Amino acid sequence: MNSADWKRLGSGLSFTGLWIIGFSVFTLYPVVASLYYSFCDYSVLQRPLWTGLENYRTLVADDVFWLSLRNTLYFAGAAVPLGTVVSLSLALLLNQDVKGRALFRTLFFLPSIVPLVASAMLWLWIFNGSGGLLNWVLGPVFALWGGTPPAWLGDPAWAKPALVLMSAWGAGHSMIIYLAGLQNVPRELYESAELDGAGSWAKFWHITLPVISPVIYFNVVMGIIGAMQVFTTAFVMTGGTDGNPARSTLFYALYLFSNAFYDLRMGYASAMAWILFMLIATLTWIATRVAARSVHYQD
Amino acid sequence: MPSATPTRRFSIYLLLFAGAVLFAFPLVWMVSTSLKSPEQSAAFPPTMLPRSHYVQVDGREAEVTLDRELTGRPGWWQVTIKDGTGTRLELPRAEVDTRVEPRWENYPEALARMGGGRVGFGTFLGNTLIVCVLGVFGAVLSNAIIAYGFARLKWRGRDAFFAVTLATMMVPMPVLMVPLYGVFRELGWIGTLLPLWVPAWFGSAFNIFLMRQFFRTIPEEMSEAARIDGAGEWTIFWRLILPLSTPVLAVAALFHFLFAWNDFLGPLLYLTRQETFTLAIALQNYQSQAGGVEWPLLMAASAVVVAPVIVIFFFAQKTFIQGVATTGSKG
Repeated sequence: MNSADWKRLGSGLSFTGLWIIGFSVFTLYPVVASLYYSFCDYSVLQRPLWTGLENYRTLVADDVFWLSLRNTLYFAGAAVPLGTVVSLSLALLLNQDVKGRALFRTLFFLPSIVPLVASAMLWLWIFNGSGGLLNWVLGPVFALWGGTPPAWLGDPAWAKPALVLMSAWGAGHSMIIYLAGLQNVPRELYESAELDGAGSWAKFWHITLPVISPVIYFNVVMGIIGAMQVFTTAFVMTGGTDGNPARSTLFYALYLFSNAFYDLRMGYASAMAWILFMLIATLTWIATRVAARSVHYQD
Repeated sequence: MPSATPTRRFSIYLLLFAGAVLFAFPLVWMVSTSLKSPEQSAAFPPTMLPRSHYVQVDGREAEVTLDRELTGRPGWWQVTIKDGTGTRLELPRAEVDTRVEPRWENYPEALARMGGGRVGFGTFLGNTLIVCVLGVFGAVLSNAIIAYGFARLKWRGRDAFFAVTLATMMVPMPVLMVPLYGVFRELGWIGTLLPLWVPAWFGSAFNIFLMRQFFRTIPEEMSEAARIDGAGEWTIFWRLILPLSTPVLAVAALFHFLFAWNDFLGPLLYLTRQETFTLAIALQNYQSQAGGVEWPLLMAASAVVVAPVIVIFFFAQKTFIQGVATTGSKG
């Protein structure tokens, strides 16, 4: 490197210096330390004590760990597809030539920026088994078959579906991203397809979907990452880290949190965190592999 | 899209209206509940408009709760006077004057209860604003400076470092949580607001990425011209690039504000005393203590936490929508 190179390097480092500190202190060190703790007995109050694979071995035998993992996969497996269908459908509707589009867009988007704690309160009230709004609406529907609507958050079988339904209320965020993608679909493609006599369904299947497939990939990956870490709504709505009722909403992040900060088993929690990291990385990798076969990038 | 047939148009509007009702109604219900009396909110079937009931007692008007219709005397009701004495009356429904009357007093009461009478609502709001405002300033300024280094300067190792920066976005919060807690504990910051806003002054991968993309669209010739005139990099950054980048700065500011206002996990981890609580955690604390019975008050407190977000959204709608749209198109 000559003196001009050194000067450039100095100037580059002076601008990125804050991030070098931020990256080292708030990301690099925590990542390395977390990996180290995952092989240790650590409680934050004492120095970590190396125990090798002990934490991981205990985890494999921990039924609650497996339960929290199943609950989380159930939630992600339902919330991500539902969110994708809802947000893509709304975007497709808004992409039509309709009056009042801006108003509809605002109404669909707003719930996604409502603070999670506040929306959790609201849905607690809506899901309320006896006097709740939802069951008042659903009561007559269920009565048609001589049944009664579920107790939602009071019923172990319905608590997860309730949280999944609620998550669809925040679909407005990815709807906006889909809408931007839809507006990039070249009109000529539709026009030439119409000349070939394609109907709306054929156009959607053969033009819209392939063109926006990179956006779908992006939203699905983001959705998986978010859903695997679901925490706040469950914490507020189902009794902290208890995952009421009957641990049916004990999600991975809740169990990890209670291990780390209530039981001070921070090494154990770190091992859980790394398993989650690997799991998310694997799911993202699978999504990328699927995408490599079906996503079309235009250039 | 081609012009649609009338049936098609009709079904599109039908779906849009149905969707709008489903998405908007929960918020309407929040406000509606927040203005009701506890009895009305608990009554089944639910009613939309907040109502109050009054009867004439000794020539004076007294507010009552409508308890139940008397068995065997159709049209007659038992009511209780709401003066704390629990006086019950039985009288024909026609003598009860029912009016639509929002109970605005729920709001001050909810805010007072949020702190359990010990800590004022103003403290929670102040804490939240400190975290939001200092965080927004830090996030905008630090990320702009850092992004300039990545977007407009060429130096050895830049691209590798940028790739590492992007990779950090993959790391889930639970991995960082435990060691970060240890870091803040060493610094003596647990129980203070510092962990919630200081990190924002040291950059974040997402904002660096967002701003770098924007800075790169500014023609390089403009910087070259300034360099020929003898301007240094900091001058170019401050005088040329920043003024041209207000749209992306606004997006970063808005996103950080929203993040800080809504953040629950951070305050849950680091705040220990009620005096330091932000609104999000104060609201959750209030709910867990009230045990979910005082729904009108809980909804009033929630509405207060939601309101600023909605107000800001309406003032900065375009920035919001464009910001969200661009984050996706880079995927």
